[in-house]
Amino acid sequence: MKRLKRSWSLGLVMVTMLAAALSACGGGNNGNSASGGSASSSPSASPSAPASASGSPSASPASGGIANPRVAFVYIGPPGDGGWTYQHDQGRQYMEKELGIKADTVENVPESADAERIISDLAQNHDIIFTTSFGYMEWTLNAAKKFPNVKFEHAGGYKTNDNMATYFGKNWEASYLSGIAAGKMTKKNVLGYVAAFPIPELIYNINAFTLGAQSVNKDVKVNVVWTNTWFDPTTERNAAMSLLDKGADVLIAYQDSPASLQAAAEKGALAGGNDSDMTRYAPKAYLTNPIWNWGPYYVKKVKALMDGTWTNEQYLGSFQDGMVDIAPLGESIPEDVKKLVSDTKEKFLKGELNVFVGPIKDQGGAEKIASGQTLTDAEILEMNWFVQGVEGTIPK
Amino acid sequence: MDLITQLLVAALSSGTPLLFATLGGILIERSGIIQLGAEGLMLMGAVAACLTYLHTGSLALTLLAALAVGAALGLIHSALTVTLRANQIVSGLAMTLFGTGLSAYLGKSITGQPIPGAVPKIDLAFLEPVPVVGDLFAHLDLLTWLSFLLVIVLHLFIHRTSWGLHLRAIGDNPPTADVMGIPVQAFRYGCIVVGSMLIGLAGADLLLVYSPTWIEGMTAGRGWIAVALIIFARWNPLRAMFCAYFFGAMDTIGFKIQLIGSAIPSYFLKMIPYVVTILVLMFLGYRNRNKPSGSPEALGLPYIREQRF
Repeated sequence: MKRLKRSWSLGLVMVTMLAAALSACGGGNNGNSASGGSASSSPSASPSAPASASGSPSASPASGGIANPRVAFVYIGPPGDGGWTYQHDQGRQYMEKELGIKADTVENVPESADAERIISDLAQNHDIIFTTSFGYMEWTLNAAKKFPNVKFEHAGGYKTNDNMATYFGKNWEASYLSGIAAGKMTKKNVLGYVAAFPIPELIYNINAFTLGAQSVNKDVKVNVVWTNTWFDPTTERNAAMSLLDKGADVLIAYQDSPASLQAAAEKGALAGGNDSDMTRYAPKAYLTNPIWNWGPYYVKKVKALMDGTWTNEQYLGSFQDGMVDIAPLGESIPEDVKKLVSDTKEKFLKGELNVFVGPIKDQGGAEKIASGQTLTDAEILEMNWFVQGVEGTIPK
Repeated sequence: MDLITQLLVAALSSGTPLLFATLGGILIERSGIIQLGAEGLMLMGAVAACLTYLHTGSLALTLLAALAVGAALGLIHSALTVTLRANQIVSGLAMTLFGTGLSAYLGKSITGQPIPGAVPKIDLAFLEPVPVVGDLFAHLDLLTWLSFLLVIVLHLFIHRTSWGLHLRAIGDNPPTADVMGIPVQAFRYGCIVVGSMLIGLAGADLLLVYSPTWIEGMTAGRGWIAVALIIFARWNPLRAMFCAYFFGAMDTIGFKIQLIGSAIPSYFLKMIPYVVTILVLMFLGYRNRNKPSGSPEALGLPYIREQRF
C-alpha cells in the first residue's frame, strides 16, 4: 500500500510548528529540528552541521551547496501506469530539463525491506533521493539515519529526520472541484466512487468530492466501493461496473489505472480517474479529476540542495504552487460547468474558500464540524468519517 | 436488468479471458506437460495484440499476432521440456518471468494508448425478450462467441476423436502410447504450441475486450488463476467453462454486496472468490474421494524412449 495509510499523528502539528520556527531562525543550521516531533520515531538528533561541512560525497563548493547533485527516484510502479508513478516520472523529466541534471530511477520497488536495501544502495552514490510512495516511510527513515550526508525526500509520510523531508498536497481542494462538475452533470443524482483503500487520503477526498457535488446539487448521493488495490485494471473495472449497474451515471476512480473510465465510456456514463489527466483514454466520457504536478517541487528541492539551502520541511502543496491541480474538463462538459469550476478554483487560489467548513454532518446526521469551524490541515489528514450523503462504510 | 442478469454479464465478461487461458492450459497438461507460464504468455499476447492493433488497425492481424507470439513461446517451452527434458516447472516459471519482463519492455511506447471498440459485438436484438439470459446473449462480442465454440471443439477433440484418445494416452502413459505407434514428442510439441496460442489469445481478449489499454502487468495474477482453474476443472473443458464463469462472478459479487450496504468489511468481501474456491474444492474433493483426480498420470514427467522412470 502506498501514500497515506495511517492517520497522521498529532506530532505532525508539533513537527510543523517546530520546523517552521526553526526555518525562520535561518538557513543552514537545521540541527535538532523536526526529528523529535512524532512520538513513534525520535532518533536522538545530534546537532548536525550544515550540509557542506559534513563532507558530502560529491565535491561541495564552500558556499554549502552541491554544484552537480546526483539525484535518484524510487518508484512504486512502472512509469507506464498512467497515473501515480507516471506523474512522478513527468516531474523527474521536468526537473531534468529545468536544471540540466540527469536523475536515476528505480521502478517497481516493493514496500518491504527490499526498499531499504535499494534506497541504501542509491544513497552510496547519490546526494538526494526521492522515495515516491507512502509505504517507503520506515525504510527511507532507516536509510536516512545510516547516511546522514544524503538528503531524503519522502512523498506522503509523516516522519522526518535531519536529512529527511516529506511532501504532499491538498488534493481535497481539487476533489471538491471534480465534485462540482459531477454534481452538475449527473441526471440521476447518483454518483459512484471507486476507492482504493479505506485510509484518510481516500476518506477526505471522497468527503470533499461529496461536499463539492452537494454545493451545486442538494439531492446527490455518492456510492462508495472499496477495491483494496491501487492498481488492478480488471478489479477496478468490476467495481466500476457494479456502480454503473446500481444506477450511478458519473464516476470517480481514486485508482492508478483508467479502467473505470473505460467502463463508464462503454455504458455511456461520465467518469474521472486520479493522479493524471486521463482524457486520452476516453475523451467523450471524461469528466475531470485531481492531478499531481510534482515537477516544480523537485526543481525547488534539488535547487535548494545546489544552493545549500535545503531544509527537512514537511511540505504541503496546493493550487497556489501548482503541486495540486484539476485536469481540463472533458469535451462533453458544457461551458457553464467549466466556468463554475474555474471560478471556484479562483476562490481556492485567493484563499477565500475552504472545503471543510462547518456545519458538516456525518453519515448518521451528527454534527462533526460546528458552524463557523474550519478543519486544520492536520485534522483533515487524519479524517476517519464520511459526511452525510456518502453511501458506504469504512471498514474498522 | 435484474441482479442475476447483471451478475451473469459480469461473470461472462471477466471469465472469458480466464476461459481461454484455462482451455489452453488443459490442452497442454493433457499431453503430460505442466504449464505454469500462463501469466507471461497472456502478457505477451496482450502486448503483441496492442502493438499490432495500434500499427495496423486490423483485428485479424491483431489476433494472428497474439497467436503467433503464443506459438513462439510455446515452441521455446516445448523445446526445453520435450526435447531437452528440462524441468517443466522451472521452464514454466521462466516463461512467466520472461513474458512479464519482455512485455513491459515492448509496451513502453504504447502505454496508455486507448484502443476502443476493436472487437465487434454481435447484435442479436431478437434475443432480448428472453427472460434472464436474453440480455446476456444479445450483445456479446466476437471473442466470447469464439470461446464458446472452443469449449465445444476442445471437448469433442479430447473425448470423442481418436486423436483425443492418443492425447490422453500420451498424458497418462507415454511408453504405451509410443508402443502403439503414436509420435509422442511431436504430439506434445503440437499440444504445447496450440495451447500456448490459446493462452496468448486470452491476453489479447483481456486487452481488446476487457481493459482496452496496454498497462504493464495488466493481467494482475489472472494467469495464475487460470493455472488453478485447470486443476479446479479437473482437466475438462466443459467444467473449465463453468469454473471460469464462476470465478468471474465471484470476482464481482463482493462489490454488489458492498453496494447493498452490508456491514461486512470490504477486506472479507475481497476474499470471497478464494474462500469459495477452497470450499468448492473441499466439496468436490469429498464427493470425488474415491474417483481418480482427473490429472494426467504422466504429468510433469519427461519422456525419452527406452528410458526407465
